[in-house]
Amino acid sequence: MQSKNLLELAGAISSGAVRVVDLTFTLSPDFPVIVLPPEFGQAAPVRIQEISRYDGRGPAWYWNNVTFGEHTGTHFDAPIHWFTGKDLPNNSVDSMPAKDMIAPACVIDCSAGAAQDPDFLLTVPLVEAWEAKHGRIPERNWVLLRTDWSKKGWRDYSNLRDDGAHTPGPNPAVMKWLVEERGIIGFGTETIGTDAGQAGHFEPPYPAHHFLHGAGRYGLQCLCNLDQLPATGAVIVASPLKIQNGSGSPLRVIALVSAN
Amino acid sequence: MIDPVQPPRRKNPLLRTRLPASPPRPRSRTSHGFTRAAAEGRFVLQRCEACGAFAYPAREACPACLSAGLSFVDAPRRGVLLAETTARVPSDVYFRERAPWRIGLVKMDCGPTMVAHLHADCVEGAPIVMSFQLDKSGQAVAFARPEEETPNMADDRQWREMTADPKFRRVLVTNGRSVIGQEAVAALKAAGAKTVFVGVAEPWRPFAGEQLLRGQQGIEVVTLDVSDEKSAADLAADIGGKVDILVNTTEYVRPGGLLDRRGTSIARDEIDQAYLGFINLAQAFGPAMRMRGADGVSSSAAWVNILSVHALANWPAFGAYSASQAACLSLSHCLRAELRPGGVKVMNLFTGPVDTEWFQTVPPPKVAPRAVAQAIVSALRGGLEEIYVGDVAEEIRQRLAANPKALERELDK
Repeated sequence: MQSKNLLELAGAISSGAVRVVDLTFTLSPDFPVIVLPPEFGQAAPVRIQEISRYDGRGPAWYWNNVTFGEHTGTHFDAPIHWFTGKDLPNNSVDSMPAKDMIAPACVIDCSAGAAQDPDFLLTVPLVEAWEAKHGRIPERNWVLLRTDWSKKGWRDYSNLRDDGAHTPGPNPAVMKWLVEERGIIGFGTETIGTDAGQAGHFEPPYPAHHFLHGAGRYGLQCLCNLDQLPATGAVIVASPLKIQNGSGSPLRVIALVSAN
Repeated sequence: MIDPVQPPRRKNPLLRTRLPASPPRPRSRTSHGFTRAAAEGRFVLQRCEACGAFAYPAREACPACLSAGLSFVDAPRRGVLLAETTARVPSDVYFRERAPWRIGLVKMDCGPTMVAHLHADCVEGAPIVMSFQLDKSGQAVAFARPEEETPNMADDRQWREMTADPKFRRVLVTNGRSVIGQEAVAALKAAGAKTVFVGVAEPWRPFAGEQLLRGQQGIEVVTLDVSDEKSAADLAADIGGKVDILVNTTEYVRPGGLLDRRGTSIARDEIDQAYLGFINLAQAFGPAMRMRGADGVSSSAAWVNILSVHALANWPAFGAYSASQAACLSLSHCLRAELRPGGVKVMNLFTGPVDTEWFQTVPPPKVAPRAVAQAIVSALRGGLEEIYVGDVAEEIRQRLAANPKALERELDK
């Protein structure tokens, strides 16, 4: 690729011919985190502690100490996050190839189905129907599951009941198929995990984690603004923090979308 | 007979809120024997080990036989009011603002004559019951009440200066997700609290008993995650000037000590919730409470901590938790000193294992959450500082006083 094309891209971003859509929730202390049974280790929530704010602690400057778990807020899952990917090479956020941080996306709109059923599941026939309309999912593309879940209040967003969370996600067959038959680079959702709320009861449990990370692919969750993306043609920039041997990280996810 | 205390009217915003003044503080070291007893609601006097005579005020030698062997022992509370007087223009700022103020001379059945603050229903020649109370300086003072219950007895103006009665006050219960928190809300409401604010962290997480809190008259559910500096500050920005009593029901119990845990993440959670949570609450709510100590009928009055008795002596089965509680105990003494100029009491309730989920496998006796809630109310009504709730807490206290090393060995089992 010639450098003038890259400069053209920069110009198009500057002029607005290429729109930049922020797919990220604000990293805040009150954002829901994944809930595990209390006897397991827990993800630390986001905490922001003021160091100084133009005051006696630092008269001219404002800054904070920030703490959070790797899997809080809008975040990235690396293959090392799951046991299926633990022995793969370059499986952590610091060792993964930088080129994997930029890739196109196919956005599958399941917002109508998710509005009907909080346990809505993406299936192979649904993706095939999407492909019939938009073409075959190319290799090394992100598949983003649009459910409009990100528009809910926090309680409905986490939707915890006494038998666990009820949030939409992929079924096991479609995850295996997307990874093995379509060679996707990763799978992204608006919900707290890449898997459905009830995915612990699936076979295998947590199929998105199981198949994605077992094949060295990635996950993105707690995305928003997916409704502003076209079905195809958006380019996702998702570069996690370079945490030593990190299993994931909160990050800023942006999408480049052609304005016309 | 005294008139019932009236619910406070809304404040006149044109008037300055009066700053708290403190009654005289100086005491001899010996007379802190009374402070110690008052903190626990006990009545003690010095008694001569040689001749058996009771003495008051605190002395270094027996006034009857000059023996130096005086020790503080539980003493009979009954006496007769010999004479009373009303101070109308005292020179001390605290009493001047509260004048007229009644005091009296009481002849105790056990011997000594005591000068005491008087309940309004005490009459000359009639029997009284004596207690030591902590005043707004945190020091012990003698207080005489009628022997028989009288109407609206707890509403006495001078008595309310010694206590932190929840009646008509606004209370913040910091954690409404726990059974103790929910029981505390119910008990405080029943005790006449005007409003009980109930903190709920992570409101997106449902919890058992939620329907007992939401939509109830006089109960306001507020978002509060004590471990989050901003959450505590945000809530204080809304209601900081309306919290007269703060009941810290933070509860984060996890088993385990050092070697059988991996890493520090659980310990960090324990510290975040208990210790840093305490600091966040204190920094958010403490300054306004200290400033509002003389703000009328619903002045700020007390801060209540619920601590494990193992703050005093580590229980290795819950060793790291015990340490987090010890940290909070130490912090409570700092808070007590810092709130003292406002006349705000810091009360510590010590409990043994409570009958809650995280002590599931611990054999009885365990403290019922309701007993903790009732102890909170009675501590507030009595103006106490140290309260041991249940048999385990009381026993640990006694064993610790008798032989700390023995207790250490006994807790290792």
